[in-house]
Amino acid sequence: MGELLDGIRLYGRLVAARVRAQLQYRTSFALDLAGNFFISFLDFAAILVIFSNVPQLGGWSVAEVALLYGMSNLAFALTDFAVGELDQFPQQIRDGTFDQVLIRPRGTLFQVVTGNFQLRRLGKALQALLILGYALTALPIEWTVDRLLVFALAVPAGTVIFCSVWVVAICIVFWAVDGREAANAFTYGGQFFTQFPINIYDRWLRRFLAYAVPLAFVAYFPALYVLHKSDPLGLPAWLGLLSPLVALAAAVAAGAVWGGAVRHYRSAGG
Amino acid sequence: MTVAVPIIEFEDVHKDFVVHRKAGRLRRERTVVRAVDGLSFAVERGAIVGYIGPNGAGKSTTVKLLTGILVPSAGRVSVAGLIPAKQRITLARRIGAMFGQRVQLWWDLPLIDSFDLLRHIYRIPEERYRQNLTEFRELLELDPFLRTPVRQLSLGQRIRGEVVAAMLHDPEVVFLDEPTIGLDVVAKQRVREFLTAANRERGVTVMLTTHDLADIERLCSRILILDRGRLVYDGGLEALKARYGGERTLVVDLEESGPALRVTDARVTRVDGPRQWIAFDRERTNAARLAAEVASQAALRDLTVEEPDIEDVVRRIYAERQVGRT
Amino acid sequence: MIAALRADLEIARRGYARYAAYPVATLAGLFTNTLFGFMRGFVLLALFEQRSEIGGYDAAATLTYTWLTQALIATVFIWGWLDLAIRIRSGDIVTDLVRPIHPLRAALANDLGRSAYHAVFRGVPVLLVGALMFDLIAPAGPLEWFAFFVSAALAVVVSFAFRFLYNIPAFWLLDFRGIAVLAMILSSLFSGFVIPIAFFPDWLAAIAHATPFPAMVQIPIDIFVGAVRGPQIAVALAVQAAWAAGLLLLCRVCFALGVRRLVVQGG
Repeated sequence: MGELLDGIRLYGRLVAARVRAQLQYRTSFALDLAGNFFISFLDFAAILVIFSNVPQLGGWSVAEVALLYGMSNLAFALTDFAVGELDQFPQQIRDGTFDQVLIRPRGTLFQVVTGNFQLRRLGKALQALLILGYALTALPIEWTVDRLLVFALAVPAGTVIFCSVWVVAICIVFWAVDGREAANAFTYGGQFFTQFPINIYDRWLRRFLAYAVPLAFVAYFPALYVLHKSDPLGLPAWLGLLSPLVALAAAVAAGAVWGGAVRHYRSAGG
Repeated sequence: MTVAVPIIEFEDVHKDFVVHRKAGRLRRERTVVRAVDGLSFAVERGAIVGYIGPNGAGKSTTVKLLTGILVPSAGRVSVAGLIPAKQRITLARRIGAMFGQRVQLWWDLPLIDSFDLLRHIYRIPEERYRQNLTEFRELLELDPFLRTPVRQLSLGQRIRGEVVAAMLHDPEVVFLDEPTIGLDVVAKQRVREFLTAANRERGVTVMLTTHDLADIERLCSRILILDRGRLVYDGGLEALKARYGGERTLVVDLEESGPALRVTDARVTRVDGPRQWIAFDRERTNAARLAAEVASQAALRDLTVEEPDIEDVVRRIYAERQVGRT
Repeated sequence: MIAALRADLEIARRGYARYAAYPVATLAGLFTNTLFGFMRGFVLLALFEQRSEIGGYDAAATLTYTWLTQALIATVFIWGWLDLAIRIRSGDIVTDLVRPIHPLRAALANDLGRSAYHAVFRGVPVLLVGALMFDLIAPAGPLEWFAFFVSAALAVVVSFAFRFLYNIPAFWLLDFRGIAVLAMILSSLFSGFVIPIAFFPDWLAAIAHATPFPAMVQIPIDIFVGAVRGPQIAVALAVQAAWAAGLLLLCRVCFALGVRRLVVQGG
């Protein structure tokens, strides 16, 4: 427990140090934040273009898709903030800076993701919140305790799932450092996949990305539960309650894969 | 060499790498490279050991095995009574390391902030941290740039920062890879004095790799020389010089290119156009006599005498081993 | 003249070789492009549960569009390219200035070499996967095939010129990434890369068509799927060529301004 608290405190210190460093350039930082904020709206524009042609997509209205989008993107923005530094990880393997991580008395994953926080990534979270706000006001949701609970837990659970996916995906570079782009299929691919109702994808793609990689638990199942909408795929509503458990399992699995990958790196040699 | 209280032990250690080499357009060949090949040595507490060898000799692999970055393929590694590969985090608190040009400080934070973060990462007790920092600041004259972001520091300033970063948590052993490379004479001297002081006053064991003979001469009580993952020399600098490095080299620039000169009690080791290198043993002849002999054979334009350097010594050892092999 | 062309070819070969040296990266990119092809394809197909045609695109044309865009990602290189900006900021650009070949011309030759590699190894395989898994449509005849290749090559040039252009502010700005990111997002939306421009509401489509972006992605695809046919093809190619020439000229002028600033103010 003390160990955990100490880790959290150190995490806070590292974040604070990054904040201080990035605030040295106030204007540049403000521009970055605003840029990230507006850019993510162009991203949503694609969805609006789709709905300018059809009233609903796979049985989902624009406000319902906005709910999926908001939940998925808020989770993704938080993920990007927490572990987005993994995008730079292949470089650490390539230039040998990962070795320095290995000679410090802290967990390796902890050190890698705290390497260089980018605060501007929070600009994306702001946009996701706004879209989520729109969806919640546009949708006639009857809030009950269980729905509120599912909704409140969905974003943290989704964040943990996305983080786990990101960690597992980037492990490919321990074997093939040039293969890093394949990780994008699951990270940015996961972001894309979860923005839309999964019933529009074909069966095997769903099996792969929605269940094997448990992306359906990021937004789809929780959103169905909150909306009290019956699943076009005919799956039971209680799946929406499982997101936190799935997130926990994903985190444990990701930890194991990362541990195994580091062991492989240390015996095969960097 | 027998060692009273070994802090570093290597017992018949092997480390193999699998390398995929391109063979043709698509085919790749799988070869096993033996980076460390049955290496054994021990280092006593409080020593400063120079660790030398050409690129690819297995130096950095050895250091990675000692710091727990890599797991040995076979053999036993022990540092400060711990097994690095298995007790990485416990060991990390008790050793320090600095890998040449790689930055371990936070690039856009002031130096002092980097130190402060390290204090928390290593959980250095407040009191110890304060004492150490005060002492190091003085020894390495850090005060003028303590609040400057690392990216704005000169190389010399940054390296001084890096050395401190490796020592703040009172490590028992430090591994330094080329700690003085690229530094000017003054900065080199300062780093060397700092290491000597740390060794003398704190009993820190130091293991360093270097290409700089002066580093070895000023710092090291013992030298390990590595070739192809094996130890080829283990002993003092003087003994090494006496055994391999007795030779100096007379470099002569002639007016015209020609065949190798014929000289007595010496030998031409290299010919490059009008320039020739003549190696000689101080005890058997001298530069003046050789120069006269050269002048009698060809028109001499210029000459210099080169002292043996560590590279040279090492090259000679390798040459000798090559002969031994065939 | 011949010597200059030979130099161009040599540079192009280097552009090709730089990417050919990393086959694993190519495979990884293929995997990602293909997976996105499936995801985007299914999203757009969902529109055709309710409509049989949108702006001249039916389901088959839309699927073909999706896989073509995935095949063109690497070839046209629509994502970020900051090589020039980085060289400007680091000062390495000075060494380019003393070479006998203009940096714009050298960069173009290099990019054409790169795109040749990407077309063969990251474009064709993705399109093949799409064609194997779905009923895609092919150009109507050899003339259309030929027009498509010309159009794709022009798309590379337009994309290159645009990328070169958004790198130039690095002569003035310390932090050039903001502009570059904005440029990338604008180009991915208005090029018709994310959604076919035919799907846009009229006012948005009008904005898109006033920009060079459709010349990077949408035009070659329109030619491929037959959304543009007959004499219109010649017009479309002329539009692309005009954008290519105009942007290259603009690059040259802006680059010269940047160099002047570099010379006057010294980095």
